[in-house]
Amino acid sequence: MGDYILKVKNLNFFYGSKQVLFNINMNMASNRITALIGPSGCGKTTFLRCFNRMHDLYKGNRYEGEILYKEKDILKMNDNIELRSKIGMVFQSPTPFPMSIFDNVAYGLKLKGIKNRTEVKDRVEAALQGAALWQEVKDRLSAPAGGLSGGQQQRLVIARALAVEPDILLFDEPTSALDPIATAKIEELMIELKKITTIIVVTHNMQQAARVSDYTAFFYLGELIETDKTEDFFTRPKNKQTEDYIRGKFG
Amino acid sequence: MNNRKKRELIGKLFLSLSVFTAFLGIFWLLFILSDLIIKGASAINWSLFSKNFVPPGLSGGGMKAAFIGQLIIVSIAVIIGIPFGLLGGTFIAEYGRNSKIAKLISIFADLMTSIPSIVVGTFVYAVMVKPMGHFSALAGAVALAVIMIPVMLKTTENMLKLVPWSLREAAFALGTPYYKVIFQIVYKNAMTGLLTGTILSVARIAGETAPLLFTSLNNSFLSFNINQPMASLTVTIYRYAMGPYDNWHQMAWAASFVITLFVLLTTITGRLIIKWRYKK
Ligand SMILES: Nc1ncnc2c1ncn2[C@@H]1O[C@H](COP(=O)(O)OP(=O)(O)OP(=O)(O)O)[C@@H](O)[C@H]1O
Ligand SMILES: [Mg+2]
Repeated sequence: MGDYILKVKNLNFFYGSKQVLFNINMNMASNRITALIGPSGCGKTTFLRCFNRMHDLYKGNRYEGEILYKEKDILKMNDNIELRSKIGMVFQSPTPFPMSIFDNVAYGLKLKGIKNRTEVKDRVEAALQGAALWQEVKDRLSAPAGGLSGGQQQRLVIARALAVEPDILLFDEPTSALDPIATAKIEELMIELKKITTIIVVTHNMQQAARVSDYTAFFYLGELIETDKTEDFFTRPKNKQTEDYIRGKFG
Repeated sequence: MNNRKKRELIGKLFLSLSVFTAFLGIFWLLFILSDLIIKGASAINWSLFSKNFVPPGLSGGGMKAAFIGQLIIVSIAVIIGIPFGLLGGTFIAEYGRNSKIAKLISIFADLMTSIPSIVVGTFVYAVMVKPMGHFSALAGAVALAVIMIPVMLKTTENMLKLVPWSLREAAFALGTPYYKVIFQIVYKNAMTGLLTGTILSVARIAGETAPLLFTSLNNSFLSFNINQPMASLTVTIYRYAMGPYDNWHQMAWAASFVITLFVLLTTITGRLIIKWRYKK
């Protein structure tokens, strides 16, 4: 406890010549949930996508600085499969693959070369259990994933990420496409998942940040304005801009 | 009030006009089809498929060579056309999606789809038949493939672009290499569309005559040599329909019926497969 699984040091990020993140310094505690909030366009998604190097997919993107994951610089790693199995990501709208429920969850395992049938089966079940979906799908594992409800699909995607036993999960507005009941389930699940992972979640919903997170960070125009324990953050913000934002004065 | 009545009137006018034109379209289609069925189906008999051509003027005989030739030529065209069209479309929609060259190919393919097929026939005549010194089934297949590729390429491009980008990103986020993302996720997601595209492009070339006229030409005998002229159904129909003999006309009708049936059946089968896939 108390140790930091991620340490961001002097991080700058550029889309081509356009700088979007400015000198970010921030640590993330293990087995805790950190929420990233801030007005639209402030760079939350951009920041989140640095941790699994998603920006590498597109030409012209450039990182500066360091992101230490267990003291190793993510920005210098060159095995994306390894990195992305350790740091999983869940997107805003559910992204089930066009295959069965089982194959969706097993996808990352196959990618890592795990072929042993019983092992795959066990880990798929464990992941679905972990994502609180097992009870609902155990009788139709071979049905196409597209037939699940939105909330179920989102938990399936979480299970898919969990199957490869990640240390960190990145969530980008994971509930913004879901109804309140499905949202509550995902939030509950995130809190449960703290036992086995560290979570960073981008959210537009300040109540959500307050409900689920241990730490909250406020971004504005590509800069990290303030980060603190969630309780203190919302009750005793130190910065004037943070205070204005959480009082709903802008954004 | 007055305005509203006017709008309603215009609305009704447009509705009846569009219904009328729709019926007009269907009417001609049904007219052609029924004519084909009446004249074609009655002329069909087993010897059409089992017997070979007989010299002009004699009765009897069939079009066996043309059926087999058609099958061979179209098959080779499809074998050439599908991979080129599929991979080309994949390049445009995936690997080269932001590159100028991909855009150029895409525009070029668009133009290609509107080139009259007889021009493709002459082109292949110039680049293949002339240098080789003789007509050949292979040249015919290449001509059909040239027609098929841009159709296939454009459908592939459009179908792949319909797959949401977030789905690819979700796969990348698991560390999936791009080729696996394409084969295991994008193609699978676009399967329905790709299948329709393939069927449509096969149907597009199956009934072509013009590109075969100066390429595979014709052959009075059954031939399996793709390096030689080969009879095809469409060219044979063309020749028989133009000929002076009554039994030739009958056979042309019968063969037209068969080829139309083939195109219809491929389309319907394709649709059924699609439906079945959706249900699963
Ligand atoms: N691919 C890109 N190329 C260029 N600029 C980009 C790109 N993606 C995002 N940006 C810009 O970078 C800035 C930060 O965007 P980002 O998506 O990180 O914001 P965000 O905080 O996640 O916003 P939202 O709350 O709306 O999701 C914005 O000004 C955006 O316009
Ligand atoms: Mg965002």
